[in-house]
Amino acid sequence: MKLMTCPINGPRAISEFICGGELRAPPDPQAADDALWADYVFNRDSLPGVKQEWWCHTPSGVWFIAERDTATDTIGRTYLYPPAMPA
Amino acid sequence: MPARLLKFALSRRHPEPRMFTQHDRLESSYDVVIIGAGGHGLAAAYYLTRDHGIRNIAVLDKGYLGGGNTGRNTTIIRSNYLTPEGVQFYDESVRLWQNLSQDFDLNLFYSTRGHFTLAHTDAAMRTMRWRAEVNKHFHIDSEVLDSQAVHEAIPSMDMSCGGHAPVLGALYHAPGAIARHDAVAWGYGRGADRRGAQIHQNTEVLGIDLEDTGSGPRVIGVRTNRGRIATRKVLCAVAGHTPRLLQMVALRSPITIHPLQAMVSEPVKPWLDPIIVSASLHVYVSQSARGELVMGASLDPYELHSTRSTLDFTESLSAHMLEMFPFLSDVKINRQWAGMADMTPDFAPIMGLTPVQGFYLDSGWGTWGFKATPVCGKTMSHTVARDQAHPLIHGFGFDRFAHYALTGEKGAASVGH
Repeated sequence: MKLMTCPINGPRAISEFICGGELRAPPDPQAADDALWADYVFNRDSLPGVKQEWWCHTPSGVWFIAERDTATDTIGRTYLYPPAMPA
Repeated sequence: MPARLLKFALSRRHPEPRMFTQHDRLESSYDVVIIGAGGHGLAAAYYLTRDHGIRNIAVLDKGYLGGGNTGRNTTIIRSNYLTPEGVQFYDESVRLWQNLSQDFDLNLFYSTRGHFTLAHTDAAMRTMRWRAEVNKHFHIDSEVLDSQAVHEAIPSMDMSCGGHAPVLGALYHAPGAIARHDAVAWGYGRGADRRGAQIHQNTEVLGIDLEDTGSGPRVIGVRTNRGRIATRKVLCAVAGHTPRLLQMVALRSPITIHPLQAMVSEPVKPWLDPIIVSASLHVYVSQSARGELVMGASLDPYELHSTRSTLDFTESLSAHMLEMFPFLSDVKINRQWAGMADMTPDFAPIMGLTPVQGFYLDSGWGTWGFKATPVCGKTMSHTVARDQAHPLIHGFGFDRFAHYALTGEKGAASVGH
């Protein structure tokens, strides 16, 4: 069984999670023209590699960020967003 | 026949023709370079040589012929889609399919079975009625059946589906068919080869050379692991590798890659004639000519550039199969595999011209590309030869997203192969 570590609940089966897509910064909606906005809405960086993605642990509703390699399905660090600042 | 076989075995030379010629080296230039020797790429080569008189073509593949999604799908052919654009496009494809064995002089084992899309909810019934009306408008044989008619057509199925997903009715599409998928690639490959196209396997594209024309970039060549080729036209038909190819020409697209898994059972006596699809239970199944049950489910739930298989998939698909057909509990699973599906947000393909002159795209074929193989070849060869999108693919343009003009095909494409 493939596991993912929820920052709150610890390691759980991957079937308990859903992926919310890559972490992306939207353009300023006031300043963006239609083309830039369409690019943000539809286009994706779909190349294989390590990405920061939104994931949700569905039984508890915890949303967090996971670093995952989309070529090998290797899951790296997982943390709440925004990442905690070092004290 | 045995005498001929013996003579053949003892002969020093093997005079039987190969399906296609193995070329030792690449030419320095071609009129058209097709990337991807799957069904779509080879079909485009076939129709370019046959219908458009363009014979100086190279079809490149980094692996082997038909080794991608052409050889990994569950071979279902149908045209009962949802949008007018989709219905007309797939209908033309089914028409081409029906004559393809004669065209090739090669038996594709094209077998018309009838295709049932089960509805387990009122919402699903409503979509079925919608699809049936759109289909009938375009003269496609498609109708909604009630549960009694479904039961009579598939008496072996548990109509309650384990008690929690009773079948309320189905969309029935009589022309629904299956075919030998690798034979399709071989048939197109042989036909293109005989008319002068060159097929180069183990030839990986490393880059695409562009020049700036002042009014945007234009293709001037392709770099491969076996040398550089000069060409003005490149057709990209590489399914799950599309994002990597698009990066070479600096284009962004909405395509994301998800694995789509499938499996087959051990061969059993023929008992299932039609093709059965249930979107609610995430199952589609047909029985091949060899007696194997060919089964698939929905996409893997997150992006991944890999053809790995999972036990989760086998477990959940088997469980749903048993809800429909409890008597299969002793049947073993023989093989499972996956393909890399290039998904689009509206479940329609991305085909035709691109902002890069001479770079043509046949992509976004996600989980629904096999059935479209002939019509993709036909329309893309027209598009490449005339540098103008074929009328049947106007709804599938690369620029539709920039105009927020999507072609919503999800109600008919997902889990509905």
